Amino acid sequence: MSEDAAGTGLHTEDMTLNVGPQHPSTHGVLRFVVKTDGEVINEAIPDVGYLHRSIEKIGEKCTWHGYVPYTDRADYLAAMFANQGFCMAAERLGDVEVPPRGEYCRVIACELNRVASHLIAVGTFGQDIGAITPFLHALRERESINDLMEEICGARLTYNYLRIGGVGYDIKPETCARITAFLDHFEPIVDEYNRLLSYNKIFIERLANVAVISKEDALQYNLVGPNLRASGVQWDIRRDIPYSVYPELDFEVPVGRGERGTLGDSYDRYYVRIRELMESCKILRQCLDKMPDGPAVAKVARKFKPPAGETYVRIEAPRGDMGYYVVSDGSEYPYRVRIRTGSFTAMSIIDKISPGIMVADLIALIASLDVDAPEIDR
Amino acid sequence: MDFTVQDLIATLLPGAVPAALGYALAAVAVAFAVLSFFVAPLAGVTSWLERRVWARMQSRVGPNRVGPQGILQWLADGVKNIQKEDIIPASADRKLFLLAPYVVFSGFLGAFVVIPFGSWLIPADLNIGILYLLAITSLVVVGILMAGWSSNNKWSLLGGMRSAAQIVSYEIPAGVAVLTVIFLSGTLSMQGIIKAQGWAPWDWFIFYNPFTLVAFFLFFTAALAEGNRTPFDIPEAESELVAGYVTEYSGMRFLFFFFAEWGNLYVIGAIAATLFLGGWQIPATIFGVTMAEHPLLKGVLEFAVFFVKAYFWAFVAMWVRGTLPRVRVDQLMAMCWKYMVPMSFICLFGTIVLLVIWPEGNTALTMATLAVSCLIVLYFMWRVVYQIMHSRPTLYLKPYV
Repeated sequence: MSEDAAGTGLHTEDMTLNVGPQHPSTHGVLRFVVKTDGEVINEAIPDVGYLHRSIEKIGEKCTWHGYVPYTDRADYLAAMFANQGFCMAAERLGDVEVPPRGEYCRVIACELNRVASHLIAVGTFGQDIGAITPFLHALRERESINDLMEEICGARLTYNYLRIGGVGYDIKPETCARITAFLDHFEPIVDEYNRLLSYNKIFIERLANVAVISKEDALQYNLVGPNLRASGVQWDIRRDIPYSVYPELDFEVPVGRGERGTLGDSYDRYYVRIRELMESCKILRQCLDKMPDGPAVAKVARKFKPPAGETYVRIEAPRGDMGYYVVSDGSEYPYRVRIRTGSFTAMSIIDKISPGIMVADLIALIASLDVDAPEIDR
Repeated sequence: MDFTVQDLIATLLPGAVPAALGYALAAVAVAFAVLSFFVAPLAGVTSWLERRVWARMQSRVGPNRVGPQGILQWLADGVKNIQKEDIIPASADRKLFLLAPYVVFSGFLGAFVVIPFGSWLIPADLNIGILYLLAITSLVVVGILMAGWSSNNKWSLLGGMRSAAQIVSYEIPAGVAVLTVIFLSGTLSMQGIIKAQGWAPWDWFIFYNPFTLVAFFLFFTAALAEGNRTPFDIPEAESELVAGYVTEYSGMRFLFFFFAEWGNLYVIGAIAATLFLGGWQIPATIFGVTMAEHPLLKGVLEFAVFFVKAYFWAFVAMWVRGTLPRVRVDQLMAMCWKYMVPMSFICLFGTIVLLVIWPEGNTALTMATLAVSCLIVLYFMWRVVYQIMHSRPTLYLKPYV
């Protein structure tokens, strides 16, 4: 592709840059084929599939109970949500009632996981912009959550905590006290992040008005979760298609306000996550207060065989709407499992938004969409 | 001193050897000695210090295993890197690729020739000292561009291009800020600039008038940009350009780039101390001891004062690196050409105008500048204390850890 923009008669060419699969900022094995004119991007095509592990196909080869640990790997930064989606689908097919304490345990575990996942999102965002310190501070707090998770279920990353019909282990009162201690510690820290990173002049300059996704584009390209809300669409599965005990809880759905630039810019996508951290803390406190007594798991047959049928379950994961389409043929194994994840659809909009922005902005865009390579490919 | 280096060389050399060869050998020997016993430990300890300071800010531990508090970590790193394979990409421009680290390194090492560590502790007090310094440090950009181009890697190329644009642009505000000082001191010699100042803060050029105060910060910012330090580290921006111009380098060649970068931290601090902060100046008498009577004590104290001043600004550079994100390349250029270049010229002309009005300086203006700076520093310290008081310590949830 030769052009002669300056009229000098010189032959010029676009440079093709391979961002990834090994690159510090692609957050996993992810590749972008970027055509640039100097620093300005003309085209950026995401190339996904490097982390495909056939998790959906494995679902057809496992028993219903046996598939739950595999769902952890669908999104290892938010394993609890992947558990919950599948368990809810199985419960709906098999008509299993989860006891109230089990539901509360699930919500507590999930919201802790959401805080951990958003901490990674916010921290790596800072790192991609060049500020390493907030990243390590965020990981320090996430470490406390990992400790809590270890107490709750014995694992720190891929939890395998949820069971069909409830949770694996009840949350003990002393663990509840530790969670409260963590919340008391954590809520002021969000202010610290804001002082260190969110209100930093350079940080705002780097993100405000960069890679703006309009409301229409966000809806058309099927963005979900914080990315959608940052564009000004108030949509949260927890509130709009309620599941579990979320209807009993009082929480806000933060949306982008374009406070430092345009509605739907990278800064909005960052700041929506910061506000969601606080909302998750609010939900956690309510859950700890309201937690009823009773069993944490319903009695479910070891050879769980839901009647033939199909269902689609939607939950609000940290990366947005996570959908499980599960078909049962009445046997011991699921007939089909399909997972719909937020990162995958978020990838499609990069091609649309990237022309005209700079290489450094592409990194900010990827970071602001909070894509997670294993969740894209599954 | 009557005894000169020439005499020393003459006594050591056998008669048959020509004097020129003797000088050449002596130059090599001195360069080697300076490199191994002063510059290498300096850059190495700076690298250790930076990692420790940085780790502390990030609530980590940092290197603490090799030697007391890990202070010998740089030696271990050096030994490790020497053992590593020196990979040269097949498609690289071999000669330039091999040469580039040494060009960068000599650009940095050359700066040490005119850095005044004490009233007599200076390798060469050139009468064009500061001009030489600006010129020799510009050699770094040649090396970086060489590295970026010869690696035949797109990331390296982008890094090299960014670096060339950045360093060449920021030479201007830095140069004009230096010119402000030259107008005040009337000399280009590093020792001359220091001798034009005194030991007390109100004798330093930074507080001479409000324009020099601004010029100092312009100089420091521009020096950070020239040294490729955060927030201006875009040539090697890790999250964007993988490693920028050093992407293809490995082993000792890789280390030489970073040797120069860490050593440069000290050089930045040393130049700032020389030009604006009174350099090695100490009072003539301390606690009744007349310094002129104790040359050794005087030398040690001067060296210590200079070292502390230089390292304070090196520490500030580390602090900045631990705090700030990175600017984008167009914002970097906009900042230089739209704000820093005009401001540096305003500082220069403002100083000239004030020099015309008060050729000997104005004590009231100096004191007012000093007072305002003290207030700014106090406010800043209060902010720092506020942040520290409001920061949360690490939470240990597991009692058995």
